[in-house]
Amino acid sequence: MLSRTADSLFWLSRYTERADFVARILDATIRLATLPQSYSGERNEWDSALESAGDVDLFRSLYGSANEDTVRDFLAFSPANPSSIRNCIETARENARSVRTALTGEMWDDLNCAWLELKNFDNGMGREEFSRFLDWVKRVVLAFDGSAYRTMLRSDAFWFTRLGSALERADNTARILDVKYNLLLPQTERPGGSLDYFQWTTILREVSALTAYHWVYRESIKPWLVADLLILNRQMPRSLANCYEILVRHLDLIADDYGRRGASQRMAAGMQSRLTAAKITEIFDGGLHEFVTDFLADNNKLGHAIAEQYLS
Amino acid sequence: MRIRIAHETRYSYDKPARGVLQILRMTPRDHDGQHVVSWRVEPQPDGRLRPGEDSYGNICHAFETDEPVSALVLTVTGEVETHDMAGLVRGSLERVPDDFYLRATPLTESDDAIRGFAAAISRDCGTDTLAALHRLLVGLNERMVFDTNPTDSGTTAAEAFRMGRGVCQDLSHVFLSAARQLGIPARYVSGYFHRADGVSDQEAGHAWAEAKVPGIGWIGFDPANGISPTDAHVRVAVGLDYLAAAPIRGSRRGGGRETLDVRLRVDTPPARQQQGQGQRQG
Amino acid sequence: MAATAFDEMNGTPDGAAPVRSAYESLRRWLDEKPGEFFDTRRSQAELFFRRVGITFAVYGDNETSERLIPFDIIPRVLTRSEWSFLERGLTQRVRALNAFLADIYGPQDCIKAGIVPGDLVYRNPHYRLEMKDVKVPHDVYVHIAGIDVVRVGENKFHVLEDNARTPSGVSYMLENREVMMRLFPELFSGHRVAPVEDYPDALLKTLRSVAPDGGGRDPVVALLTPGRYNSAYYEHSFLADKLGVELVEAGDLFVEDDVVFMRTTQGPTRVDVIYRRIDDDFLDPLVFRPDSALGVPGLMNAYRSGNVTLANAVGTGISDDKAVYTYMPEIVRFFTGEEPLLENVPTWRCREPGALSHVLANLPDLVVKEVNGSGGYGMLVGPHASRQEIEDFRRKLKHAPDNFIAQPTLSLSTCPTFVASGVAPRHVDLRPFVLSGAREVRIVPGGLTRVALKEGSLVVNSSQGGGTKDTWVLDS
Repeated sequence: MLSRTADSLFWLSRYTERADFVARILDATIRLATLPQSYSGERNEWDSALESAGDVDLFRSLYGSANEDTVRDFLAFSPANPSSIRNCIETARENARSVRTALTGEMWDDLNCAWLELKNFDNGMGREEFSRFLDWVKRVVLAFDGSAYRTMLRSDAFWFTRLGSALERADNTARILDVKYNLLLPQTERPGGSLDYFQWTTILREVSALTAYHWVYRESIKPWLVADLLILNRQMPRSLANCYEILVRHLDLIADDYGRRGASQRMAAGMQSRLTAAKITEIFDGGLHEFVTDFLADNNKLGHAIAEQYLS
Repeated sequence: MRIRIAHETRYSYDKPARGVLQILRMTPRDHDGQHVVSWRVEPQPDGRLRPGEDSYGNICHAFETDEPVSALVLTVTGEVETHDMAGLVRGSLERVPDDFYLRATPLTESDDAIRGFAAAISRDCGTDTLAALHRLLVGLNERMVFDTNPTDSGTTAAEAFRMGRGVCQDLSHVFLSAARQLGIPARYVSGYFHRADGVSDQEAGHAWAEAKVPGIGWIGFDPANGISPTDAHVRVAVGLDYLAAAPIRGSRRGGGRETLDVRLRVDTPPARQQQGQGQRQG
Repeated sequence: MAATAFDEMNGTPDGAAPVRSAYESLRRWLDEKPGEFFDTRRSQAELFFRRVGITFAVYGDNETSERLIPFDIIPRVLTRSEWSFLERGLTQRVRALNAFLADIYGPQDCIKAGIVPGDLVYRNPHYRLEMKDVKVPHDVYVHIAGIDVVRVGENKFHVLEDNARTPSGVSYMLENREVMMRLFPELFSGHRVAPVEDYPDALLKTLRSVAPDGGGRDPVVALLTPGRYNSAYYEHSFLADKLGVELVEAGDLFVEDDVVFMRTTQGPTRVDVIYRRIDDDFLDPLVFRPDSALGVPGLMNAYRSGNVTLANAVGTGISDDKAVYTYMPEIVRFFTGEEPLLENVPTWRCREPGALSHVLANLPDLVVKEVNGSGGYGMLVGPHASRQEIEDFRRKLKHAPDNFIAQPTLSLSTCPTFVASGVAPRHVDLRPFVLSGAREVRIVPGGLTRVALKEGSLVVNSSQGGGTKDTWVLDS
């Protein structure tokens, strides 16, 4: 396959994944913002949404303060923000257009229709309408991902789309942890504090794991268990451990097919074995923040290694 | 005259550049007016340097490096023995039919102003091609000022003529444009010029034009100096315009911004020591 | 003048003559089916084209203006005997074109013999000096030709234009047939329509046959596109898909030691044949336009060294120049030793003083074309032009007569076409695609029929509001 084709498949998957992530952040933040102050805390939830899902410096250069209106505009619609939902969908569609023959008709249809419908939305809408917009984004990504899963040949083209979404997803989950790690430290627990409860559930909502949490732990919400779920639980689709399971599996499929292994296989396998061996208490001992910072850097490095080995 | 040339072109890149590929037209051929005594093209770093010939008959080298490079230096050194032929080009390798040199190119396309300029010459000189070309040479020298500031390698003849300024490349392009407008086959020459005033360090190579005069042959016209080439000119490559005869055309991947630094020295070599002149050392 | 046009269905546009036999059952079908039937089918056809995304971009517009070329559901029909004649004529013409190109880039016998004036060749920007004395595999220059043919009578066809650079439109030929077979299966069971679906197969065979000698290696073919902003990008990706070859952009290719490689996920892969849909000017920034970001540095050196085949060859543009076109009858005679089967449209060369004065005196009746123009922009259609337009053109013509040729306004044949008011005759032309490989010339029966949708209009170009039709060659 042409390197450019693989690159487009990889990035089109990253951008659809990112659109979904930004929509979830916005959704959870709106929910938090609707709570009375005494439940949602002092902290401006819109600042924190911005830190998780966007480029704060870029935001500051374009808007004044972070509030519902400005953050919504920046994260969902701003043409100046390369990771706004609108840009994610447009960039994904551009990538799709340049490799149309590598996609199935269903995948193209999903993205092309999304791109056409996108024109109907702008930031003029009220909260309710905006929520419907976010639902629409999530459905678009689900449909696209579903089409990819159901219709693509299981060959390198498919594997590169899986690499893109897993790498992006790991990055997204780690970003949430990076912004909110202080909420998850064991010593911050104040039993019964409803304020933290809503902060934690917001995190779980952002990775659509609220229900999953209860199934897995059958306990009330404990911050270190939230961290455990997001980092180490292999059953949790958005956990770092599961993302690396997917990355390793698909990098291996590619390596077997091409008959050659390289730096990205080595790096991904190394990361995965570290995640498998880790205990959440050890992570806290070493510092959750340091762990997440290192992870984000390593995840980026893997992205570069994949690009170097296959995409350029 | 014996002319010695040392020409160094240095490209520096912000970031390492890969896949450098260049076509070099930097090697002169012999003709009646010049004999190449020695000549060397030396690229740095090492790479593959393959000699060849383009469709005009110019000697070309293709230079390629695979490894990333942060700087690239092309050093040309040589000596040429020249003779004043009063502008006449004899014994040159001709691969292209004369009619071909009537073709306009994007760089030499005429506009109303150049056509008007050519029409005035045609009115005065009628069918006397040689007289028309001399009028063109003199006219350009009067109309245009040598000025390195306003133009670059992509400036067209029409743009330069409108400004009334330019470097030897621009003046030559206007000359070609007008000559072809008069129905005279004309071509671009890139080369070197030995200055009579003793200044040997120069900023760039030289360029002039040649036109085909029925019954006589190809004759050189140097509009920047307002003369026909003499034994001070070293002729390296010809083409329809600058692009076709360009000393270097290159490409690379990556590399960021490029800085170009040219050192050119055109002088006469010191006379060979003869018995009785030299001082014994030691 | 429309009144005198030959109508492909009825013989005459007023329908007075009996329907021509090839169209009989089609005509019955048109008469029998209710109007709503056609309305539904027409919107289904449009939906089909929109869904597959067979759009073209309009020059200078941004991406939001991806447009559909209108498709007319009434097919244009040729009989087998008409087609056989065309096929022979096209083969002869394309053989002559290839021989002409091999000659002007080689021994130049036709110039020496005075068949074609040398200055017409040398001064033409499409004559590429870089190709002089370059040996191209099997002496094939025009691997893919689109020869525009117009019909002016029952048995009279003229060649209007030879497209020898990167002719486009073949995807419409294939998609038009596809949509017709889906919408009207019953029509195809009642007619023996010669298939066109094997075009991609024939194209691939043609391209592989001209690969450089690779020591028994299976040749790798790639299709080089300027990219997704090009107006014909859909066609490029469509063809790459049907051929099963990579659709590459400049950045996917690189040249090392005069060998062309494409970057793949498994490392560099050598490329043997490039079906390029990029103009000469943009192919290699080291040789042609230095500002071209669409080209591959070093490609010309690889090509001249014989390590890669470009289809079409570099420098074929000279043969589709309108000035050279006027010499085609002589060129055919000189290189094939035969009389041309397909006639040119009678043409005045304005570079000749006698012709020029005739043209200037008859501008309102003539079509004047710029020799280096294309796409219907630099032309004057006398009978449809205002007095002002004619005077403006007169000035251009006097100023540079060498740049123009003139032709009588031809009454192109008409074909029944759905328009707002129902079914009405509209002028059509035909672009068959001629494939020249190492050993044989292949032409799939049919081609692209373009139709001028405006009443009386003779301009069929899609950029000027033309549409397309399916083209049937009927085996009786």
